[in-house]
Amino acid sequence: MSGPSDSERIAISEIVARGIRRRRAAEARFKTYGAIAILIAIAFLLTLFATIFSNGISAFTQTHIRLELALDPALIDPDGTRDPEKLKSGNYRKIIETALFSRLNVDAKSPDARLARLMLSDFSHYELRDRVVGNPDLVGTTESVWLPAHSNIDQYIKGAIKKETPNERRLVKDQQIAWADELAAAGDLKRTFNRYLFTRGASSKPELAGLEVALIGSFWMMLIVLVFAVPIGVSAAVYLEEFAKKNSLNDIIEVNINNLAAVPSIVFGILGLAVFVNTIGLPRSTPVVGGLVLTLMTLPTIIIATRAALKAVPPSIREAALGVGASKMQSIFHHVLPLSAPAVLTGTIIGLAQALGETAPLLIVGLFAFVVQAPATPFDSSSALPVQIYLWATYQERGFVERTSAGIIVLLAFMIGMNLLAIILRSRFERRW
Amino acid sequence: MSDSGTIQMSRPTGRVPEGAPVKIASRDVNLWYGEKQALFGIDLDVPDNHVTALIGPSGCGKSTFLRCLNRMNDTIDIARVAGDIRLDGEDIYAKAIDPVQLRARVGMVFQKPNPFPKSIYENVAYGPRIHGIATSKKQIDEIVVTSLQKASLWEEVKDRLDEPGTGLSGGQQQRLCIARAIAVSPEVILMDEPCSALDPIATDRIEQLILELKENYCIAIVTHSMSQAARVSQRTAFFHLGYLVEVGDTADIFTNPQDKRTQDYITGRFG
Repeated sequence: MSGPSDSERIAISEIVARGIRRRRAAEARFKTYGAIAILIAIAFLLTLFATIFSNGISAFTQTHIRLELALDPALIDPDGTRDPEKLKSGNYRKIIETALFSRLNVDAKSPDARLARLMLSDFSHYELRDRVVGNPDLVGTTESVWLPAHSNIDQYIKGAIKKETPNERRLVKDQQIAWADELAAAGDLKRTFNRYLFTRGASSKPELAGLEVALIGSFWMMLIVLVFAVPIGVSAAVYLEEFAKKNSLNDIIEVNINNLAAVPSIVFGILGLAVFVNTIGLPRSTPVVGGLVLTLMTLPTIIIATRAALKAVPPSIREAALGVGASKMQSIFHHVLPLSAPAVLTGTIIGLAQALGETAPLLIVGLFAFVVQAPATPFDSSSALPVQIYLWATYQERGFVERTSAGIIVLLAFMIGMNLLAIILRSRFERRW
Repeated sequence: MSDSGTIQMSRPTGRVPEGAPVKIASRDVNLWYGEKQALFGIDLDVPDNHVTALIGPSGCGKSTFLRCLNRMNDTIDIARVAGDIRLDGEDIYAKAIDPVQLRARVGMVFQKPNPFPKSIYENVAYGPRIHGIATSKKQIDEIVVTSLQKASLWEEVKDRLDEPGTGLSGGQQQRLCIARAIAVSPEVILMDEPCSALDPIATDRIEQLILELKENYCIAIVTHSMSQAARVSQRTAFFHLGYLVEVGDTADIFTNPQDKRTQDYITGRFG
């Protein structure tokens, strides 16, 4: 057995060297492609965030105008009973108008009066009414109250409506601009945190439209998904993975579960409409129906994640448990399931996040209703966060444009929060051992 | 039973030596994995208070046979067992026998140390707790201490019972697994190549431990190491291709094998 001769050895090493150059180049090329792909993805993500934030962040503030309101008992409490029920029907609009006209030096009969009225939100008298009903002692006093400005004034203050635009093509007229500037200079007009965004439901007036109903509706739905999808999904996965016999029926079930995860969500909406609304008779437009539809949609995700997690537990742990005489169920519930809990949890939270952002099936079961009153139970009419965003996106007013982006910011905040929760819970569970 | 007996004329009976009570008696044990037969008519008596070594080349069925003795093969869907295995005269494959109950009497230590990812204390306390052997904290504490002492692990872990069992060294983990098996007071301990993943020093400690344990338990050990079989066992059974070829006193098997295949194996000609 003689090895290769020296000349052969040199020739071989030359061939190898040539090949190495090629292989290195291929590797470098591949790395570059990868880096470019990541950069493109990051660029898109940054653009998305930049657009949404620059459009939406202004919706978190709202312009208010301060007026000295003389709460004349003759207008709001003619009988002098201070009865909250009676106070509700007071003429608050008149009080506000009087104060507004005197503040802006406008004659109620002049053509400017219409423009002056458009300085404040159409519904600002409700704001005042709620205040007085909540504290009847205010009747007869003069109160300094911050009232929500009209959406157009708000948009002017935020810079979306520009002074340079010719008067006739501008929603805010020259006169109103003059007033707004004067009020701002006097400290009677300012932007404050827009609590309406979180404390009010649907409204046709952008300055008073909020996410409250949508948030509560989405909360109920998430709760329903959590309560139904997690136990059903985890038990189904445990049964399929640990107990079910390996036969063709179970193979078919497995294939179908995997396929269900890829079924368009709108199909689940139609299924929910047929089963929960038409057959069982649950009320439409309610979180209970929406939650159940989302449960159906989330189940495959949870089952697949749980089965993968169970599969990943080493068989030695099962053997160890069976070896000391644990029953199959004890070995699963004492050892296998706790070990797979972090992965199950991650799958569950990802499923929930997916459900939170789902719009199409909710449209089918009627969760796009115009709901002003926050739902007290899951059986009351409601809206949902992504649906509310979708609805706002269809409106024309500038005020709704910024609210659409604000809604997306809130939705993204919840998504990021849930994912953070998943990471924290997972690391905590894993740190135990 | 008589079928395979006639095919293999010199089938070893595996009768235990005079004076040693038979703990486990198996007769004509056949096992199939699906269509493939893995064990052919095994007759083997395992004596009490002895260590019986099961040796043979890879795939000879020695581990498979061991796992028949505590019905661990039940967990494999395609495995089917036929024959008669008696523990103290009681058929362990009878309908009335619950494998869960059986495994409390026949403990097992596996090839790879597999402590639960829980504390050392919990590892040992788990068995007694699920069987309801001990209920009060004090009783369980006692069992944990004595089990760890019997497994000669107590001195090394007494100050860190709350630490995870998976944090111990390989040899310590295996002794922890032995302590876990002892904790439910089994009558038989099955060991499936318990030292194959351990270094020589850890192996030596386990072998010492096996010799101590045989005073109180019936032990069956599967091993790839013939020197280990020679060191720890009093009885040796040689398996080949699913057949029990030869069984007898360890000294006899190693010095004076009757069968050509046994001789070839122990002299290292195959395996």
